[in-house]
Amino acid sequence: MKEIAIRLNGEVRRVAVAPNETLLDVLRAKLGVKTPKEGCGRGDCGACTVLLDGKAVRSCLILAIEVDGQSVVTLEGVGKAGPTALQKAFVKNNVFQCGFCAPGVILSASALLVEKPQPSEHDVREALAGNLCRCTGYAPIVATVLAVAKKSAKKKPASRRARS
Amino acid sequence: MSIAHEFDYAKPASLKEALALLARPVPGGAVSLAGGTDLVAWLRDGAVSPGRLVDLKGLAELRGIRLKGGKLWIGAAATFAEIIASPLVKRHAPLLVESSGLVASVGVRNRATIGGNVCSAVPCCDSGPTLLVHEAVVHVATPRGQKRIPMKQWFLGPRRTALAKGGIVLGFSLPLAKHAGAFAKLKRYRGEDLAQASVGVRVDAKGVWRVAYGSVAPTPIRGPKVERLLKGVKKPDAALLKKAVALAEAEVAPITDIRSSDIYRRLMVGVMLKRAVRLAAARLAGRGPAYGINVMEEDAQ
Repeated sequence: MKEIAIRLNGEVRRVAVAPNETLLDVLRAKLGVKTPKEGCGRGDCGACTVLLDGKAVRSCLILAIEVDGQSVVTLEGVGKAGPTALQKAFVKNNVFQCGFCAPGVILSASALLVEKPQPSEHDVREALAGNLCRCTGYAPIVATVLAVAKKSAKKKPASRRARS
Repeated sequence: MSIAHEFDYAKPASLKEALALLARPVPGGAVSLAGGTDLVAWLRDGAVSPGRLVDLKGLAELRGIRLKGGKLWIGAAATFAEIIASPLVKRHAPLLVESSGLVASVGVRNRATIGGNVCSAVPCCDSGPTLLVHEAVVHVATPRGQKRIPMKQWFLGPRRTALAKGGIVLGFSLPLAKHAGAFAKLKRYRGEDLAQASVGVRVDAKGVWRVAYGSVAPTPIRGPKVERLLKGVKKPDAALLKKAVALAEAEVAPITDIRSSDIYRRLMVGVMLKRAVRLAAARLAGRGPAYGINVMEEDAQ
């Protein structure tokens, strides 16, 4: 066992881990963070997506011991100050049914909107290609991400233009 | 517990330390860990059971993408996301942007490394055809010094490479030359999938073609017969392409597996070669779509 420290959703957490524990296992079983899900367990489905230093990654394919000293954000961290515009729009448009893929989809889409505030439809589909949804399909998800991006551009045209 | 097998983990800060950790005997052996997108999946499956993982992500020698000695240097620990975003790769090896963009999904590309991809050496390795047509050189560190291995001698069989036990891939050097290319990847559906077949082509200003195939032999392979046929022709016409397609179908050796049948792979390689050659010829002439597409997807036509 080795003690690692990670900044989890803004808070430094220390936890003892064995080398063969995945980040997903440690988040769920030891740190009480339950939104990352285990779907396929091999990096295909995206249900275990977390943001590692801001980038969407597969927590089922990362050993917890590898991320010592890094920052991890899960859905719990995204919605800390109340639902984001994207989350509200997802609810309003009823884009999820069972919700198993939702944490991963929201994290992947949130990372995309930070990196590229005005994505094309291709960008959105590419960013979400690794987040499988078996209920509602992708059309409402993609349309909602695009609509939220468009709305945010209208709201803050100056800052968006300055950045691009 | 999702990984039943137990092992030690070390993250060395220097190359010397890393080589020593790989060389020091341990039951089950020591293996290198980079992005882990293959290795952790294999650990979970029980397909590998090493006694020690040596995490190479702390080594400065493996990081970075830069021009070095008149060549494009790509550190082994460069992730596919870093490669896609690199202005240097876009300028000097845009074909690598195209093939890297078709690796799995964003969440995997943010973690998976090019060094890991060629060390895993699965037949469908997406970097294989691209590095082969660039005639890249693999730079390797061993306890007895550094070695350079031409890409053509790298792949020995499925999951087998020329990397000696205990060696570490530092990175890849790609010669610089004016050229154009195209990468085609056949998948069962849009979005992420392993290749049913892949074709990479590169043509330089003199009309010298290099062709490589993935997923249609035990390793990624070059296509010497097609290369000889096309030599010197910057814009192959329909008759020449027809001959090239026949040669391509004959110089691959696909098998039937879960992703497709051998005959489907063989016939699609011909279609893919034709599309990739046309696209590369158009790009060489300063036309054609920007890099970063898959010529096998309908809206790329």
